[in-house]
Amino acid sequence: MTKSTLIRWFICFCILLGCTACKTEHRFVKRTEFKKTNIIVLCFAGPVDESWANSAAFRINEKQDPDILLKVDRVELSKDRRTLTIFMKDPLNTSNPHQMVLPDIMSEGKSQGTAVVSVKKLYWGNLISILIGAMFIYNYVFVKYLGLCVYLGVTQKKSTAIGMGFTFTIVIIFSTSISWFLYQYILKPYQIEFLQIIVFIGLVSLTVQAVDTILRKVNPILFKEFGVYLVLIISSCLILAVPLIMAAQNYDFFESLMLSTGAGLGFFIALFLMACVRERIDLSPIPESYRGMPIAFIVSGLFALSFMGFSGMSIY
Amino acid sequence: MIENNKSYSNIFLNGILNDNPIFRLALSMCPAVGISTNVMNGLLMGIAVLFVQFCSSLTITLVKDFIHPRIRIPTYTLTIATWVTVTDLVLAAFFPVAYKSLGIFVRLIVVFCFITMRLDVFARKNPVFPSLVDALGMGFGFMLGMMAIGGVRELMGMGTLLGYDVLGFRPLLFFVLPCSGFFVVGFMMAIFNYTEIVYNRRKREMRSVA
Repeated sequence: MTKSTLIRWFICFCILLGCTACKTEHRFVKRTEFKKTNIIVLCFAGPVDESWANSAAFRINEKQDPDILLKVDRVELSKDRRTLTIFMKDPLNTSNPHQMVLPDIMSEGKSQGTAVVSVKKLYWGNLISILIGAMFIYNYVFVKYLGLCVYLGVTQKKSTAIGMGFTFTIVIIFSTSISWFLYQYILKPYQIEFLQIIVFIGLVSLTVQAVDTILRKVNPILFKEFGVYLVLIISSCLILAVPLIMAAQNYDFFESLMLSTGAGLGFFIALFLMACVRERIDLSPIPESYRGMPIAFIVSGLFALSFMGFSGMSIY
Repeated sequence: MIENNKSYSNIFLNGILNDNPIFRLALSMCPAVGISTNVMNGLLMGIAVLFVQFCSSLTITLVKDFIHPRIRIPTYTLTIATWVTVTDLVLAAFFPVAYKSLGIFVRLIVVFCFITMRLDVFARKNPVFPSLVDALGMGFGFMLGMMAIGGVRELMGMGTLLGYDVLGFRPLLFFVLPCSGFFVVGFMMAIFNYTEIVYNRRKREMRSVA
């Protein structure tokens, strides 16, 4: 019953997101998007004239500095004359929204008026790319080498690894959301960003303490299982690194939520993979001098090598 | 408590040999794996950690009588965070190039477990001067560990040391890859373990012969 309602709401939400993605500011321009780093693609509702496409002066600039016009190299019109591909001279900074003025669009001899449209990455596509990026492409353990103390400490057994990963994900989502509010509404307005280390580490300890107290009262059985890991969390670099990265990148709330979720899940994946390997390593005959830490490091190195395969990937 | 000079040197060497933060305690491995691509990075990171450890030990050992035991860990964390902020700002202002190559790790000195551990184990219970010696020992231990890893990686990967061409060729380019930090640390730990095993076996044989 509740499940079907939830699914219905979820579908509505997806449709809403989809609608926001398709919207442009002009009725004749259907879609604008970046391709690679120096190509902008425009889709029109009807066929446009080739003479217009070749002669029109497009004004393209980044939204925050409209004075600097970006140079167009050449323009290509597709066969059905509905898709216009604009090649830029210099690579674009596709993470910033760009503004584009199309003067007096001519479609089959009729003028469709001047269009001012913005070209930007899809917002929710950006969110997903942050999530996947934090989980795999920039996995915090294997690619950024953070949180290694906890990672080496709790991967002796699969059950502890799962417990730690679960607790960690929840705590990091909580603490990053709270740090976002604190950073945006207190540290930034009063220009005391240099205090961010002290504030964030204090906040993380407080969050861990709060989760500890709440869990102890609300669900003692769960506390018995996960309480041990809570203390360990503070000593992990990762829990401080995520708010710092969030502050440095100036993410908005949902982006920072995605970043923290991705970091937590990526850490979970790393812990689980490593625990699976280490359980088998314990049973296998390895040289005496490699037992314990050294073999764990070498296995992590192999994992890191394989995670290098994700590098250079990008979604949207 | 500790008065003669011999025990000062013992305290100092303890941080470098017996309780070496990288190879013995295996704490704070993140910078040892992440940014140890050359000796210079290791040296800079070591100096930063040494400074933070020294100043925090000094602060805690001066005010140790006023700290309630129940809130000691938050006090340590905040003290370290303050000194890390100082280091961060100084590095960013005076050494911008080095600061960029160290990246986020300077700020993450806050969560290095061994600094908190030294404050709790040593600085809380001892007078000022021994605490400072202990802090210096731990800091130098960390610095030497970082420089050793950085040295191996730089020599094997680029054939240089501190930027000077030593070998004239590049033995194994693999060691320049970021992920080779894991392998280098693993192999070095294994070598240390091996020497220890051989040493103990020799000692046992000597004893059985005698």
